[in-house]
Amino acid sequence: MEKELKYVDLVEQPISMHPKKFALWLFMVTVVMIFAALTSAYIVRQAEGNWLEYDLPQIFYYTSALVIISSVFLQFAYASAKKDNISNLRLGLAGAVIFGSAFLVGQWYSWVALVDREVFFVGNPAGSFLYVFTGLHAAHLISGVIFLIIVLISTFKYKVHSQSMNTMEMATTYWHFLGGLWLYLFMFLLLNH
Amino acid sequence: MASASVANHDTAAHDHHDHEHHDNFVTKYIFTQDHKMIGKQFLITGMFWAIIGGFLSILFRLQLGFPEMDMSFLRPILGGWIDDTGALDPTFYLALVTMHGTIMVFFVLTAGLSGTFSNYLIPLQIGARDMASGFMNMLSYWFFFLSGVIMFISLFIKTGPAGGGWVVYPPLSALEQAIPGSGLGMTLWLVAMTFFIASSLLGGINYITTVINLRTKGMSFSRLPLTIWAFFLTAVIGLLSFPVLFAAALLLVFDRSFGTSFYLSDIYIGGEALPNTGGSPVLYQHLFWFLGHPEVYIVLLPALGITSEVIATNSRKPIFGYKAMIISMLGITILSFIVWAHHMFVSGMNPFLGSIFMFLTLIIAVPSAVKVFNYLTTLWRGNLIFTPGMLFSIGLVSFFISGGLTGIFLGNSAIDIQLHDTYFVVAHFHLVMGSASFFGLMAGVYHWFPKMFGRMMDARLGYVHFWLTFVGVYLVFFPMHYIGIAGFPRRYYSWTNFEFANMYTDLNMFVSVAAIITFAAQFIFIFNFFYSMYRGRKATLNPWRSNTLEWTTPLYPGHGNWPGEIPTVYRWPYDYSKPGAEEDFIPQTVPLSATPESNLPHEQELVKLELEIMKEDEEVLVANESKH
Repeated sequence: MEKELKYVDLVEQPISMHPKKFALWLFMVTVVMIFAALTSAYIVRQAEGNWLEYDLPQIFYYTSALVIISSVFLQFAYASAKKDNISNLRLGLAGAVIFGSAFLVGQWYSWVALVDREVFFVGNPAGSFLYVFTGLHAAHLISGVIFLIIVLISTFKYKVHSQSMNTMEMATTYWHFLGGLWLYLFMFLLLNH
Repeated sequence: MASASVANHDTAAHDHHDHEHHDNFVTKYIFTQDHKMIGKQFLITGMFWAIIGGFLSILFRLQLGFPEMDMSFLRPILGGWIDDTGALDPTFYLALVTMHGTIMVFFVLTAGLSGTFSNYLIPLQIGARDMASGFMNMLSYWFFFLSGVIMFISLFIKTGPAGGGWVVYPPLSALEQAIPGSGLGMTLWLVAMTFFIASSLLGGINYITTVINLRTKGMSFSRLPLTIWAFFLTAVIGLLSFPVLFAAALLLVFDRSFGTSFYLSDIYIGGEALPNTGGSPVLYQHLFWFLGHPEVYIVLLPALGITSEVIATNSRKPIFGYKAMIISMLGITILSFIVWAHHMFVSGMNPFLGSIFMFLTLIIAVPSAVKVFNYLTTLWRGNLIFTPGMLFSIGLVSFFISGGLTGIFLGNSAIDIQLHDTYFVVAHFHLVMGSASFFGLMAGVYHWFPKMFGRMMDARLGYVHFWLTFVGVYLVFFPMHYIGIAGFPRRYYSWTNFEFANMYTDLNMFVSVAAIITFAAQFIFIFNFFYSMYRGRKATLNPWRSNTLEWTTPLYPGHGNWPGEIPTVYRWPYDYSKPGAEEDFIPQTVPLSATPESNLPHEQELVKLELEIMKEDEEVLVANESKH
């Protein structure tokens, strides 16, 4: 009964985008704004001089590769879910989780590399900014990994399949977004440092 | 929820609905997901904070108006902040102005105004059962509540609440050694604001999603009431600007607690150099004002939206220039993001940049003037009905004009050198932003009280409240212009120490007395509000004879708002006094085909299309019924 009612309500909607998906897009807008603010602050501050010059850790190239691979896995999972291939879906999701976690470990080692070349969180803002970028991005990425794990668990309850793609679509969108965000940050650092 | 007028085919659905929402006390009044109750929660919490914020202002007005006064009688509340001679502690004075600003801007005029009316009105006026996510909405309120608890606690700690001004500029706010308020009080301020930002974002995401995705059939963007347009654009502004405040606050937290140097450089305290080098305090100002200026419109736009609705309804006239109103709000939204540096003309910023920001700032006068013009032309030759809500709306227009004019002075980078950080600025923003938005809030409460609580507020008390507040606000803020032109800076503890300022002692005394009377007048409202909630005259379904959808709900709408189907919308919300029509208002739910006598030629053409749609609707209903 309740379902039928909802169905009638849905028919009357002028726009059919799923509200939760839409809310996720808006959330991503807020994340973009945070990083837009921080990267502009970086540029403004850099222009004022007294800026520590140092080499970016090489490991960023590897972690960038890891985050791209995890996105490929997730896209594979997404395609499998559409085809109702549940085992491939789990494989893809697990791969994305593993490579995503590897990315986080790699980011930690980038901090180790920074400390090795005596660039500390406390000190010249040039270094501090790098820690803030990577740290804040990692915090968002952890939320992404948790999201993926939740979806992975729900596949074992057979809740993700071609007829029920909402969560999967949202997880995929969010994860690709976070990967893209990292690539943007890395490009930004390569160009402005 | 029972309503005799519900047609047969949806009684079953209706019963089901009733059954589902047998809430207990906790889920109905505390952890509720019903947007109407959440709106009321925001309103009551906002009122609580308004009293606190107002009371703090009375405390520092006492100091400013009566500097020699013996304040020992305040010791029961203020304790050690009153010294042995009965004088107010100067650092606590700074904390008072800081908390007054923070509370009023964020807790009262952002959460209390936008939180209340966006939550309450969006689903009701667009024809939705509830917000897109009731859970997120609940979370939004409770984050706000938690933020408030933390801020409230900070008022009572030993070193006092944050004291660096509501803008919390570093290095003052970043160094514990600077003033007592930059210690624990500042930490609590930052924690509270983090929760507040989370609350605003959760709310804003919900408002935008709901307006875009959950409008009822026929409710196109060109038929949205201006209130909804205003709430929608407010949420967009918040969504884009609050994350930037978060970024600014995050870096400040790192500077304060982890020893980084984002905002700190070359500072000596007691002859000792601090280790921080390479930071830039102006960077904080850029980040802060990128939120701070849009925040002005987050506060103001909902009030302007409410005013459009109340003025059109009570002038019994369509709003003048509906599209122009929308375009000017869009213009304000966009411009609000590119004018932030006009707060920083004297920060040492490049003067050329100052000229650009001056130019952009002055452009805002255009959409603002369009709005004022439209309000006045809506009022012009209308059948004015002076309800308290209407009076407060007209009051808003008055403040918007008188406070807006001084904005043109302040927006000039050259004149700003003299006026910057003086009482001229205080007078300007208290009129155009503070009082105008407060009057919008009041107009909203008086206007939608019957929908919120099913009873009417007492109009006579409303008139007394309005006139005391309206006259009071002008008596408080008008003299401040003169004090400001004379050059007296804001946030100073005492006037009498300076030769040029001590001639204003009488004027300050006058302002303080006016402030106390105005503050006292608010208790008339508080009494009226709570008395009417229980004892007020029972409201009719549509007491203001208004067109919008919320007045088609039952007197006490349940969770889900409409028993049975959500009404369909056939026309814009401003068909007041339409020539040829029987009544002087035609609700949005009345089809064009039902009013051939008043249809305009182009509407007559729409009738055919409308009839087709209604036929389809009928089929859906029949199909639905057969499934039951």
